[in-house]
Amino acid sequence: MSKTPPPSPGPNMPHEDYLNATYGLKSWLLTTDHKRIALLYLGSVTVFFFIGGIFATLIRIHLLTPTGYLVTPETYNKLFTMHGVAMIFFFLIPSIPAVLGNFLIPLMIGAKDLAFPKINLLSWYIYLIGGSFVLYSFSTGGLDTGWTFYTPLSSVYSNSAVTPAVIGIFINGFSSILTGLNFIVTIHTMRAPGMTWFRLPLFVWSHYATSLVMVLGTPVVAITLLLAGLERMFHLGFFNPALGGDPILFQHLFWFYSHPAVYIMVLPAMGVVSEVIPTFARKPIFGYSFIAGSSIAIAVIGFLVWAHHMFVTGESTYAALTFSFLSYVVAIPSAVKVFNWTSTLYKGSISWDTPMVYALGFIGLFLIGGLTGLFLACLGLDIHIHDTYFVVAHFHYIMVGGAVMGYVGGLHFWWPKITGRLYPESLARTAAITLFVGFNLTFFPQFILGYMGMPRRYHTYPPEFQVLNVLSTAGASILALGYLLPMLYLMWSMRYGKVAGPNPWPATGLEWTTPSPPPTENFDVTPEVTWEPYDYKNRPDLGLTAGAPSPAPAHGDD
Amino acid sequence: MHRTGELYGHFETLEQQKESAALGMWIFLVTEVLFFGGLFLTYTINRHAFSAAFGAGSNTLDLTLGGFNTVVLIMSSLTMAMAVWSAQVGKKQLVSIFLIATVVLGTIFLGVKVIEYKQKFDHHLIPGAGFDIRYHAEHPTAADNAGKIAEEKEELEKAFAKDPDLNAHAQLYFSLYFGMTGLHALHMIVGAGLLVWLIKGSFAGRYTPKYNTPVEIVGLYWHFVDIVWIYLFPLLYLIDRHH
Repeated sequence: MSKTPPPSPGPNMPHEDYLNATYGLKSWLLTTDHKRIALLYLGSVTVFFFIGGIFATLIRIHLLTPTGYLVTPETYNKLFTMHGVAMIFFFLIPSIPAVLGNFLIPLMIGAKDLAFPKINLLSWYIYLIGGSFVLYSFSTGGLDTGWTFYTPLSSVYSNSAVTPAVIGIFINGFSSILTGLNFIVTIHTMRAPGMTWFRLPLFVWSHYATSLVMVLGTPVVAITLLLAGLERMFHLGFFNPALGGDPILFQHLFWFYSHPAVYIMVLPAMGVVSEVIPTFARKPIFGYSFIAGSSIAIAVIGFLVWAHHMFVTGESTYAALTFSFLSYVVAIPSAVKVFNWTSTLYKGSISWDTPMVYALGFIGLFLIGGLTGLFLACLGLDIHIHDTYFVVAHFHYIMVGGAVMGYVGGLHFWWPKITGRLYPESLARTAAITLFVGFNLTFFPQFILGYMGMPRRYHTYPPEFQVLNVLSTAGASILALGYLLPMLYLMWSMRYGKVAGPNPWPATGLEWTTPSPPPTENFDVTPEVTWEPYDYKNRPDLGLTAGAPSPAPAHGDD
Repeated sequence: MHRTGELYGHFETLEQQKESAALGMWIFLVTEVLFFGGLFLTYTINRHAFSAAFGAGSNTLDLTLGGFNTVVLIMSSLTMAMAVWSAQVGKKQLVSIFLIATVVLGTIFLGVKVIEYKQKFDHHLIPGAGFDIRYHAEHPTAADNAGKIAEEKEELEKAFAKDPDLNAHAQLYFSLYFGMTGLHALHMIVGAGLLVWLIKGSFAGRYTPKYNTPVEIVGLYWHFVDIVWIYLFPLLYLIDRHH
């Protein structure tokens, strides 16, 4: 990254920005600038995304045939475990918060930096240390416990490198905790004059909710994995029934974090969608306070549903009924968001720019992912589809269809701000559609497979399931293309893209009032906010007035 | 990030800086509550399931040493609070004195903990293959009171009658004992390191009524670590006491 040549000063480009203010490897590795740290995270989460992606590719190739020729059963166990660990702990959880949130929150609230810039850098290093432990585990025997580390398999019986993996995830947890802590404090104390709570962009609200989950949930999984690790290293018995311990206790503690962790992944993506939709519908967002409140509601109720992962562990019927009911309840704030986004689109002047394609894709895929979640929250049905491909398809619709679509869409939306350059629009739109098609082809067949009874985590399957598995693998190859394309043209655009100017779409957020890329201090003078959020009808300074035709978004290949 | 005197450049005022630091520490303490919370939950569930073994385990702990340490720690909280107060009213010399007193008391606590751990090691109470809850009762040393050993033996007999698997379940108690007190001790060591850093600053006269944020937030942390012990002491030492 330090090798990036300085962008030539264009008409709308400041002479000095955060990218060319200082040079050299040291100026990046010891930076406390939230924007540079965001780019460090961008690089490192991309590495883990590709590592996780390679495991996914091997899984899909293996499942082309019912007997599975590619890898041994033991290796197959390792592949799906390492896919899950790399993707969940090292890509999905840090992706939007640590990259886009880090870059944008201070810009959006008119601050010079996060409240604790050094702790922000520390979070990245903690992430790297945790990541190194996990990569060490992957490369010295791998990991075969499933990403859930259920005991006593993980603490006693597994013959793979569980200990370094557990230590790595334990360490990485503190990166997440410190990021969440930093965001909460920043949002409380660093807002510019006039930036009241109900003028905050919804992206900031969703990150506030995400940070709550990070701060309240992550310590619990940290201590749980620490106990499981100690149990493995010193033959203790916390979760080992042979020594009097309780394996179900591990599951409770694990899911107390790991269910809310789903909201760490999807809430930030909802924040992205809430920014993109009003921009490209040229309308104020519908129901601002309901969207903001629903983020908090999701974070709070999300903590009360964990045992729906454990309906088949023999938990008490009353507990199961309660958790089933609460899981239905969490669908309400999620639906509030979907209805509000749709209402924002209603009678808007919609343009099909790339970020908008991702946002609309998000709504559709999240809807399917969310509704199938209700199937799983239903006690009777869950007995039938528990641990089948139905579950796999459901959470991939939320995590890939939701979180990753939001992440890639958000990267496109703010790419001009981050780099000062525009990407080629028609290529980007093609990639977005490729991703959408590839995703559905990969995961929709898995709903059918699961409903017909194909269990997850098996390395073989009955021959009658082959057609759907081949379809899924074919979809995965299209999906891979959909990920490689943005990777290539976004990197290309950093050097060759058209100069973007401060506000190419135009959008109303505070981050668009400063030059692209922003100067190190973010704003030349501390901004004062005198307007309401998403006021797309009443911002003459941006050329947005009610009744007048709105300015067309700038594109890299116009 | 530029810095003018005590004010870091990304803040507008010292008040904003102090408010951010204090809020940050409070949130950190919330995460600590949840971190210890996992252990307290594991403790509660296991104690409920194996109350005889937990009682027997608890009875092996040295109440005198534990009680002494509790007093030491409460004293250190007092000296810490005095250090914060001294900084706020500008008594620079007192800040150093109270901080040093705090770190000395913290070190005494840790020293006593080492003595207690050593005792458990001698009595074969470290979880693992060599663990034997009856070891001390069956291998008394010359220093032990014969009457007390007999009493201990009798109580262990009773406990084994209630729970034949007592030895395994008492290991769970000691796993939790070492896990919880060990994690607490680790927090004390981190706290002692922070105190040494504060003492360096107070010798340089850094803390004034206008700027004493570091003393205050380290104080918050120190009090939290004390409060954890206030819960650990009764849960580990005082359950099912007979003598």
